[in-house]
Amino acid sequence: MRVGLFVTCLVDSMRPRIGFSTIKLLEAAGCEVVVPSQQTCCGQPGYNSGDRKSAQAMALKFLAEFETFEYIVLPSGSCAGMIRVHYPELFKDDAAQLARFIAVGARTFELTDFLYNIAKLKKVPGTFAGQLTYHDSCSGLRELDVYKQPRALLAGMPDVMLHEMVESTTCCGFGGTFSVKYGELSTRMADNKCQHITKTHAGTIAGGDLGCLLNIEGRLRRNGDHTTHVLHIAQILADEEE
Amino acid sequence: MQNTSVDFKRQVTIKLADVRLQEALSRLQTRFVEGRSAVISEIHDLQETRNAAAAIRDRVLNDLEHWLLYFEQQATKRGAIVHWAETGQDVNRIVAEIAVEHGVRTATKSKSMVSEECGLNEALERAGVEVMETDLGEYILQIAHEAPSHIVAPVVHKNKDEISDLFAKIHQLPRKTGIAELCREAREILRPAFLNAGMGISGANFLVAETGSALIVTNEGNGRLVTTLPRVHVAITGIEKVVPTLEDVSTLLRLLPRSATGQSITNYVSVLTGTKDDSDSDGPEHFHIILLDNGRSSLLGGEMQDMLRCIRCGACMNHCPVYQNIGGHAYGWVYPGPMGSILTPLLGGMENAPDLPNASTLCGACTVVCPVKIPLPDLLRKLREKQMEIGMKSRQETFMLRAWAWLALHPKIYAMTTSIAVRFMKLLGGREKLLHHLPGARGWSDGRDFPAPQGKTFRELYQMEKHK
Repeated sequence: MRVGLFVTCLVDSMRPRIGFSTIKLLEAAGCEVVVPSQQTCCGQPGYNSGDRKSAQAMALKFLAEFETFEYIVLPSGSCAGMIRVHYPELFKDDAAQLARFIAVGARTFELTDFLYNIAKLKKVPGTFAGQLTYHDSCSGLRELDVYKQPRALLAGMPDVMLHEMVESTTCCGFGGTFSVKYGELSTRMADNKCQHITKTHAGTIAGGDLGCLLNIEGRLRRNGDHTTHVLHIAQILADEEE
Repeated sequence: MQNTSVDFKRQVTIKLADVRLQEALSRLQTRFVEGRSAVISEIHDLQETRNAAAAIRDRVLNDLEHWLLYFEQQATKRGAIVHWAETGQDVNRIVAEIAVEHGVRTATKSKSMVSEECGLNEALERAGVEVMETDLGEYILQIAHEAPSHIVAPVVHKNKDEISDLFAKIHQLPRKTGIAELCREAREILRPAFLNAGMGISGANFLVAETGSALIVTNEGNGRLVTTLPRVHVAITGIEKVVPTLEDVSTLLRLLPRSATGQSITNYVSVLTGTKDDSDSDGPEHFHIILLDNGRSSLLGGEMQDMLRCIRCGACMNHCPVYQNIGGHAYGWVYPGPMGSILTPLLGGMENAPDLPNASTLCGACTVVCPVKIPLPDLLRKLREKQMEIGMKSRQETFMLRAWAWLALHPKIYAMTTSIAVRFMKLLGGREKLLHHLPGARGWSDGRDFPAPQGKTFRELYQMEKHK
C-alpha cells in the first residue's frame, strides 16, 4: 500500500518525533510511506475561524499533493476530519471538485483508524510498559468514529494497562484559536480534564491529537505536575523517543 | 428580554468564579446527561427515529406557509382565534388587548420561553395585569427577579438553600428546608392564583396542523390548570413549531422528553384543541393562539434553516462543555448553550452577540445528542464566516488568519519561518522545556504553560535522516 503521510503542521513544528513514530507504524503495517515535501497545514484554523476562502485554497493545495496516493494517513483526528468531512463541504457548489474531494476523503484516515481498520495491523512495534489513560479527541471521535481503534491497538500490547478516566470523551478545551480567544474558559475545561487524568493515577496520558495534548500538558505543568507523561498514541505504539 | 450578549466575556469570568453556580452546574451532569443516557436506549431504532424527526421538521419548514395556514384553518374551525405577531412587542400588545377585551386583571402562566423573548410579564404588568408564573422554576425566578438560565430547567443555577431563603423572605413564612415542604408551600401560594385567574397563558411545544391543537408537555400539572381553569387561554409560540399530524407529534414525543429530562414521557402531555363546548366539563371559553415570527422567517430557505428544526429539548446545552462550566446567564439572552449561540445572533442581531458563535470548541457533543440532528457546529462555523464577511472580526485576527494562510500556501517560506520559530521557542523554553509567557497569546499562557518544541521541524529531520 502506497501511503501519503500528512504530518500536520503541529507535529511538524512542535513534536516531529510523532511523525517518525507514524512512519514506523505504517511501515510495520507493510506500507510504503511517502512524505510529500510541500505539505503545510490542512487549513482548519482558518476554516473554523470563518476564513472559508483560505481553507479552500489549502484544500486545493492538499489535493494537488495527495490525490495520487492509494491512502492518506494523518496522526490527527481533527486534520483527518477536516479532509474527510469538511473539504467536501467547502466545494459543495462545484460538482467536479466535489467528486474529487469525496474520493480523496474516502481514502484519508486518522492513524489508529487506518492501522486497525485498513492495514489490520496485528502486532505494533511498541514495547511501552505501564499504566496509561486515553483522551478521546473530539473530531476523531465524533467525525470519524475513532474510539475503539486506539484501544484495540493498545490491547495488543501486553504490558499496557489502560485506566479509563471519567469523561474521556469530553472536550479538553483546546479548540484551536478558542484556546487563546477564550483562554479562561479553555483553561477551566483543560483543568477539568487534568483532574480526571490525575484521578486515574495512570502516570501517562495518551491521545491522538497533538493540539489537545499540548493543551493538557500545558495545564498539567502549570498546575505543578511535572511527572505525568503526555504522549501521542503513535509514540506509545511505536516506541519513538521524545 | 433585554439582550446582554455583548457582555459575554466579562460574564464568563464572573461565572467561572461563582462557587455556588459551579456546584449547581455539577448537578446538571447527573440529572440530565446521565438521565438522557439511561432512557435514550429505550428507542431501539434511535438513529432512524432521529432521521424521521428531522424529516418531519424539514417537511414543515420547507413549506411553512402552507402548514401555518392549514393550522390556522383547523384551529379556527374549532373555535380558537389565531393571531400573527411579527415582533415580541406585537405579542405583548395582542395579549394586553385580549386582557382588556375580557376584563382580565390577573393571569397565571405556565412556562414559555417565547414569552421570555417578548418580555411579556413586564409588558402585562405595565398594562395593569398581574401575572403569576406557575411553573415552580419560573415562579422562583419571578419572585427572585431573575431570568431563566436553562430552557427546560430555568432555575438550575440556584441551589435549595437559596430557594429556602427566598421563600422565607418573600412568603414571610417559617423557613423550610425539605424539597417536599418547599413544593407544598409553593403549591399553597399558587392555588388561589389558579382559581382566581381571568386568563391563562401558556406556550406550546408543538402546534398540530391537522387538528388545530396546541400541545404542551409538562411535569408539574400547572400547565393543565393554566390552560383549562381560566375563561381565557392564550397560547404563545414560534411559527416554526407547527407539525403536520398527531402521528408526527408522537414520533417527536419519543425523543423530546428523553432528550430533555431523561424521562420516557413527561407526566403530562396536553393536547389543547378548540374552546370548551357543552359536552366539555372544563376548558377555556376563549382560546387565542399567538404565533411569533421575531426573525424566524428570515432563516427560511437559507443556510441557517436547519436551526428552525429545534424542538427546545435543551440536550445541546446539557452536553456542552462550555455551558456546563458557565451556565446559561453568561449567554445574555433567552436561549443559552449551542442552540442559543446560534439563535441569539440570528434573532437578536449579529452585532449584539459577537462572541457567541466563537465561544465554542466545535467539539460536536451537542450535535450527536440533538434529537432532530441540527448540525450545530456547522451552523456556528457559518456564523463565523458571516462575521468575517461583514467585517466583525478584529483586525488582528483577520491579519493572523491571512498571514497563516499565506505562509501555508508558500511552502518554502513556511519551512524557513517554522524552522526559525521552533528554534527560538526551544530557546525560550529553556531547561524546563516550557514557555510560561506567550506574548500575543496570553489567553493561553495566563492559565497554561506552552510545552516547548523540540527545536527542529519534522521536515528538517526527515531530510537529514533521508540523506544519512
